[in-house]
Amino acid sequence: MVEFTLWDILRNLLFAARWTVLLSLIAFVGGSLVGLLLLIARLSTHQLLGRAVAAYVQLFQGTPLLMQLFLAYFGMAMLGAQTSVWTAATLALTLYSSAFLTEIWHGCVLSISRGQWEAGQALALGFIEQLRHIILPQAGRIAVAPTVGFLVQVVKGTALTSVIGFVELTKAGTMITNATFKPFVVYSSVALLYFLICYPISAYARSLERKLDAR
Amino acid sequence: MPADLTPAVPALTIAGLRKSFGSNEVLKGIDLTVAPGEVIAIIGKSGSGKSTLLRCVNGLETFQHGTLEVDGQALAQDNAAAMRALRQRVGMIFQSFNLFPHLTVGKNIMLAPGLVRKLPADVLLERARRLLERVGLAEKFDAYPDQLSGGQQQRVAIARALAMEPMMLLCDEITSALDPELVGEVLAVVEALAKEGMTLLMVTHEMNFARKVSDRVIFMHQGRVHEQGPPERLFADPQTAELRQFLSSLQ
Ligand SMILES: Nc1ncnc2c1ncn2[C@@H]1O[C@H](COP(=O)(O)OP(=O)(O)O)[C@@H](O)[C@H]1O
Ligand SMILES: [Mg+2]
Repeated sequence: MVEFTLWDILRNLLFAARWTVLLSLIAFVGGSLVGLLLLIARLSTHQLLGRAVAAYVQLFQGTPLLMQLFLAYFGMAMLGAQTSVWTAATLALTLYSSAFLTEIWHGCVLSISRGQWEAGQALALGFIEQLRHIILPQAGRIAVAPTVGFLVQVVKGTALTSVIGFVELTKAGTMITNATFKPFVVYSSVALLYFLICYPISAYARSLERKLDAR
Repeated sequence: MPADLTPAVPALTIAGLRKSFGSNEVLKGIDLTVAPGEVIAIIGKSGSGKSTLLRCVNGLETFQHGTLEVDGQALAQDNAAAMRALRQRVGMIFQSFNLFPHLTVGKNIMLAPGLVRKLPADVLLERARRLLERVGLAEKFDAYPDQLSGGQQQRVAIARALAMEPMMLLCDEITSALDPELVGEVLAVVEALAKEGMTLLMVTHEMNFARKVSDRVIFMHQGRVHEQGPPERLFADPQTAELRQFLSSLQ
């Protein structure tokens, strides 16, 4: 049997960490885009649309991400779609992120006073113009901290994709443990790598917040 | 008047306007015609429907019955393009200024004409500078709203509304949020606008100002125009008990 050095373990974990980062990015960017569309729908005067988005948010907030992953994976297979763990994982994480982000941003938008909307209306701006030029720039400042906080959640959330067989950091950790029988060393390394991904994000959020507060 | 001169189209015609919030009827049949260049002061107790009336004129509130015409154009509540056209003709100044805090004073003024009128940058810039000069704030172009006093902010808000070249301005208690020593500078700007022929509909608690500047005073009571007339007459000789009571409550 080959002996695994610490470097071998780290090297393999680092290799897998790429997928954690990539999956997080896709989920975050995809979730942001979908979340923005949902936000616009929710803020529109269209009653039914608003309620549909609220229900969507409740659905994703009220069920475990693990179930959403299972449902995406097995549900797609049931619908006869060619399922890969990649598509299932990105789909589930994107939808999950969109629900949380739209909810976070909706709260930020609600914290902007009605008078700002009305000033825009009185100046003949349309709904999207009010949103884009008046509301979102202000809500965006407030949204930085909770949004980045959520990005950290997403990074950690990708660990769950290991249960449908996606080989990211956590899954790689399990596989290496099975080969090396050094669970403590391996999982410590896994945890360290998660920390190394998440910490800079949080630190960046704090500095960004300070910069925005300055003006 | 020479016979061949057709009478001017009223700046504003309101007929049978009724507005409810749920089951609470707030405007109970308003009829009002405003001539171009006329300056109207709207007075009345809190809750009598003054703000709601102003907000109906530019479509910030929808109403259930009646008609409203601005410069001969009927207000069409569910026609977005028509509302956009109407709002370019009717400016509004709010009690709480509602400047955009993330934009400089200059950008506050240039935002709407740039987006709605699609004016080129040099025209926008020239217009913003001219308007700021007019309200006495030429040096504040690059300041942010939170760096200005309340009176200065309100004057910027007036400049911002004027940048759309409206034919009529709605002013809802625009000095009520100001410290007393800042009221005068804002009223001076409004008075100058009145002299230049701007049609003004202003809700105000400044009775001296209403007396001095307005052509007509409207007294609202419980969602109706209860009494109206030229300021000299209305203040000196109120006809209804409600107006007498209102005026004496101000003393
Ligand atoms: N958005 C609203 N929803 C429900 N009721 C309202 C709303 N705005 C105003 N009202 C009610 O309408 C009435 C008239 O209000 P308003 O027009 O603000 O009076 P005023 O400006 O003369 O003080 C008040 O009874 C007020 O409570
Ligand atoms: Mg009011």
